[in-house]
Amino acid sequence: MAKYWNADIECMSREEMKKLQSERLVKQVRHVYDNVPYYRNLMDEKGVKPEDIQSVDDLCKLPFLSKADLREAYPTGLLATPLSECVRIHSTSGTTGKRVVAYYTQNDVDLWEDCCARAITAAGGDENDVCQVAYGYGLFTGGAGLHGGSHKVGCLTLPMSSGNTERQIQFMRDLGATILCCTPSYAAYIGETLHDMGLTPDDIKLKAGIFGAEPWTEEMRRSIEKSLGIKAYDIFGLTEISGPGVAFECEEQTGMHINEDNFIPEIINPETGEVLPEGEVGELVFTSITKEAFPLLRYRTRDLCVLSRKKCSCGRTLIKMTKPMGRSDDMMIIRGVNVFPSQIETVLIEQGYSPNYLIEVDRVNNTDTLDISVEMNADQFSDKMKDIQDKEKQLAGAIKTMLGINPKVHLVSPKTITRSEGKAVRVIDRRKLHD
Amino acid sequence: MNSIQQISIFVENETGKLAELTKLIGDAGIDLSALSLADTRDFGILRIIVNKPDETCTLLQENGWTFKITPVIGVKVPDVPGGVAGILATLSEAGVNVEYMYAFVNRTPGEADTIFRVDDEETALSALRSAGIDILTPEEVYGI
Repeated sequence: MAKYWNADIECMSREEMKKLQSERLVKQVRHVYDNVPYYRNLMDEKGVKPEDIQSVDDLCKLPFLSKADLREAYPTGLLATPLSECVRIHSTSGTTGKRVVAYYTQNDVDLWEDCCARAITAAGGDENDVCQVAYGYGLFTGGAGLHGGSHKVGCLTLPMSSGNTERQIQFMRDLGATILCCTPSYAAYIGETLHDMGLTPDDIKLKAGIFGAEPWTEEMRRSIEKSLGIKAYDIFGLTEISGPGVAFECEEQTGMHINEDNFIPEIINPETGEVLPEGEVGELVFTSITKEAFPLLRYRTRDLCVLSRKKCSCGRTLIKMTKPMGRSDDMMIIRGVNVFPSQIETVLIEQGYSPNYLIEVDRVNNTDTLDISVEMNADQFSDKMKDIQDKEKQLAGAIKTMLGINPKVHLVSPKTITRSEGKAVRVIDRRKLHD
Repeated sequence: MNSIQQISIFVENETGKLAELTKLIGDAGIDLSALSLADTRDFGILRIIVNKPDETCTLLQENGWTFKITPVIGVKVPDVPGGVAGILATLSEAGVNVEYMYAFVNRTPGEADTIFRVDDEETALSALRSAGIDILTPEEVYGI
């Protein structure tokens, strides 16, 4: 069994990696400047020319891109190749009208799948393994990325997609799946279902799991490992940059190695944009140096984490990132969907409610719950129970249309939601996703 | 004829909320003639009829309660088997829909007075009158 998918890259010396990154960055900046007018304008505004970028040390001269830029440039404003060269799109979850669409050439797909192959290999996978992909297939990158990576490695791939848990377990047993790829909450649910069916980890052949696309804790990892009898590996990615496999965990389980031959990471102060030294907490920024169709330079992820070049016992020299420790904006990830409180507020105001609301997020039986309390005024109150319940249902429906997930709405008396002197507390997240 | 004014108050499902509300009313010397509570897991609606509706509304307003005044019909129901059924049949024949109803204690033996909240008050009143059913005046219900 090979320990690395691509030992030359994964164990490359720092000097060689820097040289490779620099060559690729210089080429990429030229490609973007020539083909993406949106980014060219940003560079011109900042007075940066492609020739100013000679190595990775010049990266900090480039302007940032944010999710707002992606929305503004939707759908093709950041595309760097003709559509005829693109073979695929993927899109971020949720948020009607605010989706991010990313394009891939065949080469982009190959490099992405290669990153996922590294993750599967790091989790102990090879051509003798049976890899059950229970991430959602479709616009979401989860299914496609691990599916492609599994093919590359030569695993027998079970393209299950998510859902139908008893069937997942049936296939897992009948076909002897050894690696499971899905979200951590789904893995936990599969574990519970297994036990509910009267089975134990001895009844399945699973040895490893590759879980990502949502925040999870160390505690949750241990519980999944126990319930499925496996070693659980974290994987990180985002559609804007490619998908899962931007970073992956090795057997040390102390952070994720970033595939920095493709994606250069930086940590910045989210307030000032200043680049922070290794070891400090800040916002993670990525620069794609190999993507052809949708190459984002200095894309601000809004995820807060720490980078480390501490020597890893696995032998990989790829820089490591910690699990995201939070967000530099107020985005929540609920059931895998990106949710901003402002979206909920917009619906409330449209529906004639007061902007005094409280969002409560929790995780019950490994499923995220979303409860929204909203103050109603005297005109909205009725002596008839059904009227109030209808109003709650209607509001829940409008929020579902906006977010794609079903909330529970509670109408409450005016002035019962605590007012705050400074910044209003609009969200209570009880999931304890960050250690 | 003036209709009976019922006051409906929104009560969140929290320990002590209902006690707080009834104490507020009691301390102001307001007498409850009839009451009913409808509840869900999250909240309840307390429906009351009082001897001083205007004063009660001012009191609730000042203390930040969410409430609504709704006209309801009070009916003298004969205290015999089938008493309520007869009244409901009359309303149903007239095409009137009952949203909710509740009985309350009357000072006269042999009668069980009942409050009806209907979707069409006018039609309901005329149907009840033609059927010879006794309709309570606000004063009778308020207990003045």
